[in-house]
Amino acid sequence: MNSSMRASLFITCYNDTLFPETGRAVVRLLERLGVQVEFRPAQTCCGQMHANTGFRGEAFSQAKRFIKLYVDTEAVVIPSSSCVAMIRDQYPGLVSELGNASLQQDFDALLPRVFELSEFLIDKLRVEDVGAYFPHRVTYHASCHGLRALHLGDRPLRLLKRVRGLELANLENLDRCCGFGGTFSVKNAEVSSAMLTTKLQDVMATRAEFCTALDNSCLMHLGGALHREFAAMRTIHMAEILASTETTVAEARA
Amino acid sequence: MSAPAQHPILDPAAAPPFPAAALPVLRNAQLRKNVAHATDVIQGKRNRLVAEKTDWTELRESASAIRAHTLEHLGEYLAEFEERCTLAGGVVHWAADAGEAREIILRILQEEKADEVIKIKTMTSAEIQLNPFLRQNGVRAYETDLAEIILQLGEDEPSHVVVPALHVNRAQVREIFARTMNLPELSDDPQALTAAARTYLRKMFLTVPTAISGANYLIAETGGVAIVESEGNGRMCLTLPRTMITLAGIEKVIPRFRDLEVMLQVLARSATGERMNPYTSLWTGVTPGDGPQHFHVVLLDNGRSAMLRREMERQTLKCIRCGACMNTCPVYRQTGGHAYGSVYPGPIGAILTPQLQKLEHAQTLPYASSLCGACYDVCPVKINIPEVLIDLRAQVTEKERAEDRRFFDPIYVGMRVANWVFASAGRFRLAQRAARLGLRLFTRKDGWIHALPGVGGRWTMTRDLRGLPQQTFREWWAKERGR
Repeated sequence: MNSSMRASLFITCYNDTLFPETGRAVVRLLERLGVQVEFRPAQTCCGQMHANTGFRGEAFSQAKRFIKLYVDTEAVVIPSSSCVAMIRDQYPGLVSELGNASLQQDFDALLPRVFELSEFLIDKLRVEDVGAYFPHRVTYHASCHGLRALHLGDRPLRLLKRVRGLELANLENLDRCCGFGGTFSVKNAEVSSAMLTTKLQDVMATRAEFCTALDNSCLMHLGGALHREFAAMRTIHMAEILASTETTVAEARA
Repeated sequence: MSAPAQHPILDPAAAPPFPAAALPVLRNAQLRKNVAHATDVIQGKRNRLVAEKTDWTELRESASAIRAHTLEHLGEYLAEFEERCTLAGGVVHWAADAGEAREIILRILQEEKADEVIKIKTMTSAEIQLNPFLRQNGVRAYETDLAEIILQLGEDEPSHVVVPALHVNRAQVREIFARTMNLPELSDDPQALTAAARTYLRKMFLTVPTAISGANYLIAETGGVAIVESEGNGRMCLTLPRTMITLAGIEKVIPRFRDLEVMLQVLARSATGERMNPYTSLWTGVTPGDGPQHFHVVLLDNGRSAMLRREMERQTLKCIRCGACMNTCPVYRQTGGHAYGSVYPGPIGAILTPQLQKLEHAQTLPYASSLCGACYDVCPVKINIPEVLIDLRAQVTEKERAEDRRFFDPIYVGMRVANWVFASAGRFRLAQRAARLGLRLFTRKDGWIHALPGVGGRWTMTRDLRGLPQQTFREWWAKERGR
């Protein structure tokens, strides 16, 4: 492990506002692993919401902003697969369309240094056992972007399997979308809800106490329904499980 | 039996927006169960047969390259097809739009003095709404594909490009056949149902001398046509009739005969989860004494050539209509095909239909996706459907944002405000604080929001939302780590 590693945390706009405990967990986890974490307060949003809803012009400005802000970093860590997917899959098109040579150069240099959290742990820090303790039955939900855009593969499971006390429950139909889809969840709220119900049948069948993922967006969707139904299960971002130890338990999420 | 549903509308110009069209389906438990079961079965078979193919990645790469290359040189290959087909005794017609295609087909039928015509399954004929047009002009079209018979007799519409009656189960088929074929004793045993269909069909094969087909592939090199099917009805239509009219989109051409080697392998595995489809028919022009003696090909544009200009849109035309994207799509699995208001449903329909309509209709279809990417993963010709969906959303937004009524549309207002906010961290901080204060009004004592007004109510309709925490991450960082 490289103890002098530095990482800049891009918390993402919705985690910053809605799930600050995830950000605090990432800081705790990375610092425990010897990483020097910085946070640039000028950050806001990657532009995914705009791009995916059809507001391409607006997405351009977010992309430019992101690239300029992080161009000089050693590594950018993002606890949200879908925001990383935005940067990997959509920024190239946006940047080349802008036709700005120096922006292109900056982006090309920056892109290999942008990591989703589990990628950073496994590919960059080369650690699977992060020293976590979480004595609960947990099921893992693979977000579509983590699974199909980032090809995270078994990285998340490798991390979870090394957590002491954690009992991993297998989730059926792991590759099936939970129905969130950003603005899809309000534009097509009924279909989104039908997808959610289908997904929850598999999630509930695991009889886990916690459903975890690398995207709080899916978890907000699943957790919102679990809360509505007084289900005996809660959602928790994986960073919070990995940050949890015998002495520092995960912060309660309401 | 469930209450009779409204007749599905597959004309994008007349169909309701996707969210509205999906609503009655979501309340139809029988239909949703049928769709989920059928897509599970087909997808399971497809996955097994793709997994056993050690060179699947290479095959998929080849299929994609063949289709992309063809589209880049579409004009040349179509000209080659026309030349070869004509030399072989076929007659090639060009139709700029649906209306022209319908007129051409009607004219041929009138020259043949035909008042009846038998059909091999063709989704393209549904695209141009051929059957109702022929009916109005005194020609009865009889479907011969089993699924299409079920739909025609049941006065229903196709909901899938490969398995058009996917939304109908065996008991419902029995009911339709028993009622329309006057067979009150009919059982729902598959063999009995097939036998009933066979009796119904035999009469037509023996008496109707004119047939219409679609095409899976047009082969430029030979001027030939290829269709693949499971039941042999297509083969019958190619054997007995005197006249055959093939209707095909201009994108259906492939350069060489040997390209079939790749295309047929990926199609069968992707479409029905078979190593090889039971019937593959190939014919070229006319052969004296064998098969139809009059052969026409109607090449349909109907919005396709406008899609060739940009690579982004052009990839849509690589589609070989295998339907794998529908079977895997979590949206399609809930709604079935009719909600898409087009003969082309599912993910491919969500990108193809709005483009064929030049975005004048079907503007809600690019949003009928959670962008989960499952469609791209299974597509045998590597159409990046999510990428095209996003591009089409941008085109829809570009078109709509100039409209006055969009000025107060909550999504547009939200996106404008968000963009202004995200441009500055200071503004973002203030917006976070404002949101926290504003949402406090709706947050219950347990810290959760159970109901929101306006567009937020679309969320809280089925999902609670945790109230905003007292401290954002950046506030925590500034307090704990800030200098």
